[in-house]
Amino acid sequence: MNTESPVKRTALYDEHVRLGARLIPFGGFDMPVQYGGILKEHDAVRHRAGLFDLSHMGQFVLEGENVAAWAETLTINAVASMKPLQARYNIFCNPQGGAHDDTIFYRLDGRWLLVVNASNADKMWTHLNANLGDSGVKLTNLHGRNALIAIQGPKAVAMLQRHVDIDLSAVKYYFCAQGNAYGKPAILARTGYTGEDGFELFLEGEDAAGIWSALLRDHAGEGLEACGLGARDVLRLEAGMPLYGHELTEEITPVQAGQTWALKLSKPAFVGKEALAEQLERDDFSRIVGLTMEGRAPAREGYAVFMGDRAVGEVRSGSLAPAVGNKNIATALVAKEAATVGTSLTVEIRGTRHQATVVAMPFYKRPQ
Amino acid sequence: MAQPADLLYSKEHEWVKIDGDVATVGITDYAQNSLGDIVYVELPKVGKKIDQFGNIGVVESVKAVSDLFTPIGGEVIEVNAGLDADPAAVNREPYGAGWLFKVKVADPSQKSNLLSPSDYEAIAVD
Repeated sequence: MNTESPVKRTALYDEHVRLGARLIPFGGFDMPVQYGGILKEHDAVRHRAGLFDLSHMGQFVLEGENVAAWAETLTINAVASMKPLQARYNIFCNPQGGAHDDTIFYRLDGRWLLVVNASNADKMWTHLNANLGDSGVKLTNLHGRNALIAIQGPKAVAMLQRHVDIDLSAVKYYFCAQGNAYGKPAILARTGYTGEDGFELFLEGEDAAGIWSALLRDHAGEGLEACGLGARDVLRLEAGMPLYGHELTEEITPVQAGQTWALKLSKPAFVGKEALAEQLERDDFSRIVGLTMEGRAPAREGYAVFMGDRAVGEVRSGSLAPAVGNKNIATALVAKEAATVGTSLTVEIRGTRHQATVVAMPFYKRPQ
Repeated sequence: MAQPADLLYSKEHEWVKIDGDVATVGITDYAQNSLGDIVYVELPKVGKKIDQFGNIGVVESVKAVSDLFTPIGGEVIEVNAGLDADPAAVNREPYGAGWLFKVKVADPSQKSNLLSPSDYEAIAVD
């Protein structure tokens, strides 16, 4: 990461300051970690709706006849089979099978949009350019120029519908549409990172603040709240979604992270394929599991996990989970023999071992 | 927010109320606001002898673990048992229901190492 470059601001920076957000540097940008409070914002998303600034995430435009075939060689999931206006989760791996980044591809009209993690945006830009070869693919980096906001929660789609010129009910989960929001061009994608229904809006940077503040103005009365990265992390953990740097890293493979559903070994050669196939075959790897904790002490990243007296792994993420009975939940990377659902483990917190149980993820599923 | 005038303060954002030889300790409004939603408080056990400014526990918000230091030394004689079920009391009433623990003061002269309300107010700014 380019830790020496100055911290950048998204197109919504002034809005965050106006709303009294607590800002922290994240992924190279000054980003809101919270506005009114993480638990209050979490509650808004689970029961009403929340609005997130995700403009720090990397946005790359991919153009050319060979985008799909080229991307297939660098990723574990299928690309060419994506339908027009479909979105698909995908992971770029290194040759050892570790995750270079986890991303979403959007197949637009005549071009593709690739959204990468903010913290990996520079690394991924370099990686893509280094692997262009003779593919003829043209890359454009929109990182920090275009904006991305998400509106998520049970009331989110109804709120957004009043301001867009397309029928949102016709946009299925993990599909998108091109339309206008408050009269400004937007790609409206039914994707998210909270476990709730909702949309992500790709916007021109100059339009973002107007749309952001209009949504808050028009829907504050129905409970729409600006939400920061703190709430987003709790929401994604409850929903069992990996966060790069925690459940997926250059060392932790998609197979270990439980993302094997996205691994298409039927594809021809791609970076990491052999290593991942061998790992699956051997099936002796440590893996990410969900834990629910007994007691009030939160498990935090890096805490040691034990089965009996034996150290079997470490916590990778942890939080109080208001939507999981207000328990403390965590993910941990543990040895295979400690990974069976129902296994009793302990987590060492400041020298004391606390009971934990391996549970199936996701921890939270929204009511249908 | 003005600091309560009947309390003394530490640079680590704890307050202490001294009543005879018993001191009640908590964290300041500034501290609770900086931490955000508090979800867990780990306090020393009753009977434990603690040194002034020693690291004696943690206060955890949703995002972070923060060390807790005692502004005064002595023997712990009571901890706020209500915080186990309701740690958010520290957010709501940092100077009231959100108090943390009580100490039998070992050395009253330690008061001179603490800050007055006005001196504390000068450092409790963003």
